[in-house]
Amino acid sequence: MEKQKITGAEALMRSLEHEGVTTLFGYPGGAIMPAFDALYDHKETLNHILVRHEQAAAHAAQGYARVSGKVGVCLVTSGPGATNTITGIADAMMDSTPIVVICGQVGASMLGTDAFQECDLVSVTQPITKWAYQIRRPEDVAWAVSRAFYIARSGRPGPVVLDFAKNAQTELIDYEPETIDFIRSYVPVPKIEDEAIQEAARMINEAKKPLVLVGQGVELGGAQEEIRAFLEKADMPAGCTLLGLSALPSDHPLNKGMLGMHGSLATNRKTQECDLLIAVGMRFDDRITGKLSTYATQAKKIHFDIDPSEINKNVVVDLAVLGNCKDTLSAVTALLKEQKHTEWIESFNEHYEEERVRVIEPEIHPQEGPIKMGEVVRKVTEMTGNKAILVTDVGQNQMLAARYFKFTEKRSMVTSGGMGTMGFGLPAAVGATFGAPDRLVCAFMGDGGIQMSIQEFGTIMEQQAPVKIILLNNNYLGNVRQWQEMFFNHRYSFTPMLNPDYEKIASAYNIPSETVVERADLEKAIDKMIHTDGPYLLQVAVIEEGEVLPMCCPGNDVDDMLLEIK
Amino acid sequence: MEQDKKFYTLIVFSENFAGVLNQVTAVFTRRQVNIESLNVSASSIKGVHKYTITCWTTEEQIVIITKQIEKKIDVLQANYFTDDEIFIQEVALYKLATPVVIDTPQVSEEVRRHGAQIVEVNPTYTVVTKKGRTEDIMSLYHALNQWNCVLQYVRSGRIAITKSCIEYLDRFLAERRESYETQKKQKANG
Repeated sequence: MEKQKITGAEALMRSLEHEGVTTLFGYPGGAIMPAFDALYDHKETLNHILVRHEQAAAHAAQGYARVSGKVGVCLVTSGPGATNTITGIADAMMDSTPIVVICGQVGASMLGTDAFQECDLVSVTQPITKWAYQIRRPEDVAWAVSRAFYIARSGRPGPVVLDFAKNAQTELIDYEPETIDFIRSYVPVPKIEDEAIQEAARMINEAKKPLVLVGQGVELGGAQEEIRAFLEKADMPAGCTLLGLSALPSDHPLNKGMLGMHGSLATNRKTQECDLLIAVGMRFDDRITGKLSTYATQAKKIHFDIDPSEINKNVVVDLAVLGNCKDTLSAVTALLKEQKHTEWIESFNEHYEEERVRVIEPEIHPQEGPIKMGEVVRKVTEMTGNKAILVTDVGQNQMLAARYFKFTEKRSMVTSGGMGTMGFGLPAAVGATFGAPDRLVCAFMGDGGIQMSIQEFGTIMEQQAPVKIILLNNNYLGNVRQWQEMFFNHRYSFTPMLNPDYEKIASAYNIPSETVVERADLEKAIDKMIHTDGPYLLQVAVIEEGEVLPMCCPGNDVDDMLLEIK
Repeated sequence: MEQDKKFYTLIVFSENFAGVLNQVTAVFTRRQVNIESLNVSASSIKGVHKYTITCWTTEEQIVIITKQIEKKIDVLQANYFTDDEIFIQEVALYKLATPVVIDTPQVSEEVRRHGAQIVEVNPTYTVVTKKGRTEDIMSLYHALNQWNCVLQYVRSGRIAITKSCIEYLDRFLAERRESYETQKKQKANG
């Protein structure tokens, strides 16, 4: 019997199923209609979440990917549908998040004619993707989809764009599923060099004051156990990057807090005192290093990474250990001497104590005055047993959530680190609820960022996505206001903001909500939020001119941190 | 910084896929390094393209640029070289005004002195070609230009092959073939 031919759009659905996709986020439109038509017959296996803006589809796919470790998928139309995903694609590139964005495109015969809703998406997205490819023939669908997923998830993960011409969606082919797990020109994981492992172990064994920097690579490589064994065997203190925060339990005795601009005083100061700096799966972002020319110049440096192009990009190191850190860390750990660095580790305490008294306590346990942002974060994390997934937007809400939220489980921190995308939080939280349906998702955002994606209340309503939205409302674009206060002589240029009645908006979307103004009401309101099934908006009126401290001002040495703004 | 700059030649091999050239040149743009010359052609291996790119930059930059180019999915290999590590060749075409060439014997003297060849002569113009290193080609141009006879002039991008006895691309492809076979065997054994 002759094999039945299927359309390229149907081949896309079967290819997605072949890749194990169960969830996708998208928005239909002209040039992707054949694909959506095919999707209609796959509703049982492919759960499509209709977002309210394509940018949200990309961020939701990111949130899904970050908590699940699977590839997030978007399906959108050509032209504006495709360009709306670009912020999310760039964000995923910066933060190494595996997503595949499938966009409609005009038919191959119309390409280059400025046809309706045509945009040269491959050219636009090449610099911000691991791979961007235009499917012009239905015969390429199975190959391109498989290649896209392999590239997105392997090695250092990242976004892939498939630009799917309309004729390739409608024309017929004989479909055969494909599985690509090898590309000649692409080496996802570099070969581990035995000499590097030996040398790393030797350097660590000789170090008196080692400091480990834990990055997102540990989460991406699934090396959470390996990093603990590595730290514990040689008794080494560690600091985490923003994206690496949940790679190591917050209360682990060797976890000395976040690194960088708003990190902990101790880890930043000790960066300038350690004799060996061991970076694992992180990329020495300027928000981590402060002034590069003075950064840890006293220390020898080892950099564990899967991406050779990260080595010596920003900070020149003495030794590179290439490979998946899950493998390299365990190989090095096997060669480590069991050690105690008691005195070195204890020397962190005085800095912690100074920060606790001058910054942390006043932020999380204020006795009077308006509610503070850190106070809300700490209450929420405590009342969820430190087991929730934290999603943040960008700005003060993000930094204070990162500082005061506590993590006990891996893959629990979803934030826009490299790009700092306002509007990321709400859709990413929606994605996170689908990526980890059994976990509580707490999304902190400010009154600026929430309005950049507020249309996603619609998605939340329709899906009953159980996002616990904690809106820290200070009537300002708070982080920019803080910088204006510090560096622009208090000239608050367009940062005060007139806000709508968020509870009314929530109520229009049938999302239960509450607003807290008094400290005494906070705990009860959080409790109600946690114990209400489904989505919830908790608005907290927080101090208007709140500050994120400590702070290493841009261009300053990393240990030169302000504890208060004078 | 300026004085640390050297002239580098980057040799890149890629799969013959659309759009790779864009990705390669974008790395230079992003790191604010100007490309001095660029030559792309099919290599001796079927389906593999070879790019020869030259630029003035620091060693620190060229290392980063090389790694970032090599990171592109469809790029097989990228290596950078200084002039002492490669054999270099360029070619130039000079279109000269024939009446000036006839009236000015120094013009044909310069052509002979530079070892260039005349490939076409007609009453209007004369075409001269010269291969060699940049400085030889430029020297002939300046020599001809002083007689005001150059109607058109074009210099190709540099092409280069390495002096090394090791063929790095062959080695890379052999390694990749081996990894592929190993992976296939592992899969077959479950």
